Amino acid sequence: MNRPEPQAPPTAPPTAPAPAGDIVAELDELKVWFPAPGRTSVRAVDGVSLQIRRGETLGLVGESGSGKSTTGLALLRLVEPTAGRIHVAGEEVTGWSRRRLRRLRRRVAMVFQDPQASLDPRRTIADSVAEPLIVHGLGGDRAGRRRRVAELLELVGLRGDLADRHPHELSGGQRQRVGIARALAGEPDLIVLDEPIASLDLSVQAQIMNLLRGLQAELGLTYLFIAHDLAAVEHMSDRIAVMYLGRIVETGTPAQIYGNPGHPYTAALLSAIPVADPLVERRRRRIILTGEIPSPVDPPSGCRFRTRCPQARPDCAETDPDLIEVETGQYAACLYAVEAVRQMRARQEEPAPPKPRFEPDTTTGGEAGLSRSAGLD
Amino acid sequence: MSDTPVLSIQDLTVSLGTRRGPARAVAGVDWSVRAGETFALVGESGSGKSMTVLAATGLAPEAARVTGRVELLGEELTTMPAQRRRRMRGRHVGFVFQDPMTSLNPVLTVGRQIAEPCEEHLGMSRRAARDRAVELLDLVGIPSAAQRVEAYPHQFSGGMRQRVVIAMALACEPDLLIADEPTTALDVTTQAQIVELIAALQQRLGTAVVWITHDLGVVAGVADTVAVMYGGRIVEQGPVEAVFADPSHPYTAALLAARPEPGRVVAQLPAIQGSPPSPFELPPGCAFWSRCPVRADARCEHELPPLAEVAPAHLVRSFYQQARQGEGR
Repeated sequence: MNRPEPQAPPTAPPTAPAPAGDIVAELDELKVWFPAPGRTSVRAVDGVSLQIRRGETLGLVGESGSGKSTTGLALLRLVEPTAGRIHVAGEEVTGWSRRRLRRLRRRVAMVFQDPQASLDPRRTIADSVAEPLIVHGLGGDRAGRRRRVAELLELVGLRGDLADRHPHELSGGQRQRVGIARALAGEPDLIVLDEPIASLDLSVQAQIMNLLRGLQAELGLTYLFIAHDLAAVEHMSDRIAVMYLGRIVETGTPAQIYGNPGHPYTAALLSAIPVADPLVERRRRRIILTGEIPSPVDPPSGCRFRTRCPQARPDCAETDPDLIEVETGQYAACLYAVEAVRQMRARQEEPAPPKPRFEPDTTTGGEAGLSRSAGLD
Repeated sequence: MSDTPVLSIQDLTVSLGTRRGPARAVAGVDWSVRAGETFALVGESGSGKSMTVLAATGLAPEAARVTGRVELLGEELTTMPAQRRRRMRGRHVGFVFQDPMTSLNPVLTVGRQIAEPCEEHLGMSRRAARDRAVELLDLVGIPSAAQRVEAYPHQFSGGMRQRVVIAMALACEPDLLIADEPTTALDVTTQAQIVELIAALQQRLGTAVVWITHDLGVVAGVADTVAVMYGGRIVEQGPVEAVFADPSHPYTAALLAARPEPGRVVAQLPAIQGSPPSPFELPPGCAFWSRCPVRADARCEHELPPLAEVAPAHLVRSFYQQARQGEGR
C-alpha cells in the first residue's frame, strides 16, 4: 500500500500520546484482509492504529462493515492480521505461536453480543464460568475453583443458586452477566466488549452498562467497548474511535466527538441518532447520507467516505487523508476536517420546513424528500 | 379524508396455547388510527406489541385464541370469512417487517414480487403491473429502477431490500401500512433514510401507519400518537408530545430515564431492576408491580388499575398521581 502522506508526518501519533507504561494494548497499522472470490480481498481492517490505556474505556463505534468487530477479534488473534503489529501488555503478540496464544487469551478476554450463542447450552452456569479457570490453571483444586466461581457470580450480581442452572433457564440479562463473569475469570488486562448490550431488552441494557462501569471502578478494568449505538458508546467511554470502511476516521473524547466532531462522517452519524424528544425531532434537520457503505473489496480511491460525503471536493478522490489533530487529543482523517463539518451544520441550522400534513403531490419520481442512492448507480 | 378510523381495535385479547400452558400475549387493548396519522406501539420483547397487530389483521398463529372487535375501513374483520379477510388485507394493508427476507421470495425477481399484488388486487395486466413495479422502485429511491426490476433479492443490500419491501407494501396504495420494527436490523444512517422515506410517502399518499418499535427515539420522530405496552396491556397512551413531555406511568418514565442520551453524561443510569415478565406468569394486578420504583402500596399488585385520562387524550394505567415523574423532561 502506498498511501500518500500529506500534511502530517508519518510518525504522527494516531491517538493522543500516553506514557508507554500505561498502554495495555496497541495496534500499529493493522490490516486484516479476508480472501474473496476472484483473487480479491475483503479489506475488513485496512490500516488501523490505536492505543488502549490501562483503566480506560475506549469506545469503537461504526456501522456494519466498518471493521470494528474484526479489530476487536484481532486483539485476541481470533483473526490473523495480514499486516501491522499487535502489542498486548508491552509484548508483541503478532507472531505468537498457537501454544502461546492461550497466554494472550488470558490477558485479553471477550464478551460477545449474544450470550445465548456464546454459552454451551448443556453446561451449568458454574461449569461455564469454571472453564477459563481450568484452561488457564487458575483457582487451585476443585473446591478452590468452586469458591472462585461463587465469587465471580457475586461480582456480576447473580444469585449463588443460579450456579447449577442451565443457560436456557436464565433471562437474557442474566446470561450476559454470566458472559461477563467468564471474561473476568482470568483477571485479564483488557476486556473486549463486542456489542454487549445490543441484543438485550431496553430496560436491561442500562443494568448491564451500570454493571460494567461498576466493575471497572472496583477492579480497575480496561475495556474496548465496540458498539453501533452511539449513545451507549458516549455513556461508556473515556475516548472514542469512529470507524468507517476499515479505517479510523476520528478519535477524541466523548465531549469532543459529540460537541465538535471534526469528520463529516461523525457529524452525519450523530445527526442520524434519533433523540427521544418529539419537539427536537420535529425541528431538527437531519444530514441524510445517500447510498450505503461501499464494498470493502474495492474501497473508493482517496478518502473512503467521499462517495457519501455531502462536502466531498475533487481532491478528496486523490488524497487518502491521515488522522490530523484538530483539537488537543482529537484527530480526524479529513482534508477539510472541521471546516466541512461547519458547513454541514450551517445548513442544518436553517429551520426545517414545517411538516405539512398529507397533501397529494402530483410530481413523479423521488422529489418529495426521498433520498436517492447515488452510490449504487 | 373522513373521520372514520382506518383501523380500530376494541378489547382485543390474544392467548396462545403452548406446551407450557396458556400464554396471555395481549390482554385487552383498544386503539385506532386515522388516515395520514402514525400510531406507534412501543414496548420490550414479549410486551404484545407485534401480536396485537398480527391478531388484528388475522395473521396470528393457528394456536392463538383471539377475541375482541377489529374494524378495517369500517368493516368488522374478526367475523368475516377467512377468504374475504385475506382479500381485504391484501388490498388495503401493506406490511414491512424487521427482516426484509421474511417478506421476499429469493427465487423471484423483485419486479415480479411487486407486480403480483397489482395484478391480483388491482386487476392490472402483466405489462401494466411491471411498469408500476418500476415506478414504485423509483419512488422508494432504488437507483436505475428500470434495470433493477429484473434483479433478485440477494443482489440488494439490507437497506435496499427494505426499500423493495416498502415498494411491495405500497403496491396497491394501501390505506394502512404496518411497519413492524422496519429499521431495527439497519444501521443508523440507513434507518434515517428509511424513516424519511416512509414519512414522505405517507405525506404523499395519506396512508395510516402503525409503527411498532422498541426505540423511543424513533417513536419521537415518527409518531402522532404513542401507546406503551407492558405485559400485554397498554400502560400509557397519548399524543406523542404529551407522553414524552410528561411520562405519567412509572414504566414509561423509567424507560425514558434509563436510556443514555448524547450530551447528557451521568455516572449511573437509573436502570429498571429485573426483567420483563413472562406471558405465562402474569399477575392479576399490574404486570410492572414487581419492578416498579414508585409502587405506593400493595393495591396494584392484586388489582388492575384502569386506563384513566390524565390530560386530553392522554391515558395512564396507574392508581397513583404521585407516580408521575414528569419533572425535568
